Amino acid sequence: MQQQITIIRATRGWRGINIAELIHYKDLLWFLTIRGIKAKYAQSVLGVSWAVIQPLFSTLVFTVIFGSVAKIDSNGVPYFLFSFVALVPWTFFANTLTDSANSLVANAAMINKVYFPRLVLPLSSILSKGVDFIIGFFLLVIFLFIYRVTPGWELIYLPWLILVLLMTSLGIGMILSAMAVQYRDVKHAMTFAVQLLMYAAPVVYPTTNVPSQYQWAYSLNPMVGVIEGFRAIFLHTIDFPYHWVTMGSIVSVLLFVFSLFYFRRMERVFADVA
Amino acid sequence: MPEPVISVKGVSKKYRIGLADKKSDTIMATILKGIKSPLTNLKRIRNLSKLKDEDESIFWALKDVSFDVQEGEVLGIIGHNGAGKSTLLKLLSQITEPSAGEIRLNGRVAALLEVGTGFHPELTGRENIYMNGTILGMRKKEIDKKLNEIIDFSGVEKHLDTPVKFYSSGMRVRLGFSVAAHLEPEILIIDEVLSVGDAEFQKKCLGKMEDVSKNGRTVLFVSHNLDAVRSLCSKAILLKTGQLDFNSDVHAVIDRYISNYKTNILRRDFDAHDDAPGIPELKLLSAELISDSTDGILTIDTELKLIFKFYSDKQFSDFNLSLVLWSVSGTCIFNSITSLCAISKGEHYSQLTIPGGLLTNGAYNIELYFVSKSTKLFNIPELFVFELMDASRNGIMFGTGKGIVRPNLSFTIDNNRHVKS
Repeated sequence: MQQQITIIRATRGWRGINIAELIHYKDLLWFLTIRGIKAKYAQSVLGVSWAVIQPLFSTLVFTVIFGSVAKIDSNGVPYFLFSFVALVPWTFFANTLTDSANSLVANAAMINKVYFPRLVLPLSSILSKGVDFIIGFFLLVIFLFIYRVTPGWELIYLPWLILVLLMTSLGIGMILSAMAVQYRDVKHAMTFAVQLLMYAAPVVYPTTNVPSQYQWAYSLNPMVGVIEGFRAIFLHTIDFPYHWVTMGSIVSVLLFVFSLFYFRRMERVFADVA
Repeated sequence: MPEPVISVKGVSKKYRIGLADKKSDTIMATILKGIKSPLTNLKRIRNLSKLKDEDESIFWALKDVSFDVQEGEVLGIIGHNGAGKSTLLKLLSQITEPSAGEIRLNGRVAALLEVGTGFHPELTGRENIYMNGTILGMRKKEIDKKLNEIIDFSGVEKHLDTPVKFYSSGMRVRLGFSVAAHLEPEILIIDEVLSVGDAEFQKKCLGKMEDVSKNGRTVLFVSHNLDAVRSLCSKAILLKTGQLDFNSDVHAVIDRYISNYKTNILRRDFDAHDDAPGIPELKLLSAELISDSTDGILTIDTELKLIFKFYSDKQFSDFNLSLVLWSVSGTCIFNSITSLCAISKGEHYSQLTIPGGLLTNGAYNIELYFVSKSTKLFNIPELFVFELMDASRNGIMFGTGKGIVRPNLSFTIDNNRHVKS
């Protein structure tokens, strides 16, 4: 049998991620994800339908208030589709943020009793939200069919957008989860910060409404590229926004790398302060 | 000598403990404190993880502990409450890092600090086996292979597809231990998990642990139950206020632990209000153990009177005290509870009498709980520590009899049948 030697001592400074260890615990990641999904919909009448209800009702409210009452420009497509396409990635982003921010605090009992790579906790909360995202996506396909809209050849960029979306959600989620262990303020702030953040992304209005000299700064928010990219693919509102998506990709990669190191740095005190 | 499986070298761990806030004495000071509180909070919370400055709020849970464990050894870790046993286990199981020193582990480690970690009430028993197993570091394939064994051992096969929230606490413990028992680590670390579950299941667990050690694997076992430690372990270490006090074979260490007990603590006064045990609204001021013995030696025939004095800063309704008498080997002898009452602001006294001719000889400690509305306010473990000597008896037998108490009952031999009605 192969002897495995572990050395435990005080560590200092920044450390990288232990990939081999994460791979060993991949089954744990899987079961935590399943647990997240099952526990969420257990003992509920509507079950997984809730994943449909959330974006659908938000879209309906937005269509009435921003589309019909405030008459916000929707780049010439029906406002309902305009906001629904944006809400599919946005709902995923917002839900993963709140969920992963709480992931460590909610599992403090586990952190205090067993060693395992703590990274699996925020990772699994993002994966379990993936189910909702896929359901929302199917709903989008149905609506496109009803409105008789065909996506363009830009569909090949969809994996790119989803990658940016994942890295952004994971990056911010990991930073917030590590901070929330020590500062419970994160939990209180998240509930309304997510609602406010929505207005910093082009969910209810198009980016073209932002003054053009500020659009580059606006696109530093990776969700701008993702949402406008989704619209360009499915609704042909604008040409595919390469510059915004590229800007968003750079920011999301930086964010993701920083968050990995930050998480590892904070990891060592989790059990002491949780 | 072969290389040790576990080698602990000069390991220390410090924590920060919360210091009591200074009380504001004017309205203005209170308002100012309120305004400044986000800043002071920030400083305080930041400092939770920063332990560089050597101020008075640093607490050394472990200080310069070194020992080696050889392959196949079963090492017991014993010590009073707060001696650092749990901290040591947390370091060995990598849950937290040491502040100084180094631990070398040679082999796969499984730590069982709790039974059923990660159990989710909404998931079924079967799903929770996988959940718990993977948390403990098993892979899905390993669990698949051992699933039947795990289920058999737990004895809950009938309810395997029922959500765990409908399980009794005993069933949950059995399921959790069964998963853990089927881990196959080279090093197994176990903390007090045997204190749960019924007697029959405990026996099963002890048997399983013996099997594990017979297979040449190394076991670290922490327990208050000295009898369990004695029967399972070959060697032991004794921790005392964070330091290694004694490292030898199990009988020598247990003897030393018991002899530490023999200094009777019979009076505790907490004059400084801030240091008194309790919560800000309720403090224990003093505790006394008075005996009717004239020479100061406590025997099994001595009547013991316990008197507690405490101060409450506000009213508590549905209040009661609960007292637990523990034997040195960690067996609960009894738990005595006052009736519920309401207490007002001010000083209060409580008294309990343990009659002579009830307990057997040996060392004991007393733990006191303050309870309101069935919720624990605080408790003081090892409030008193005392030893009862064997009384000189008229009989021929000396030494400890069987059983955990030795009540002086009326037990006679006669020619006639006398039945009192």
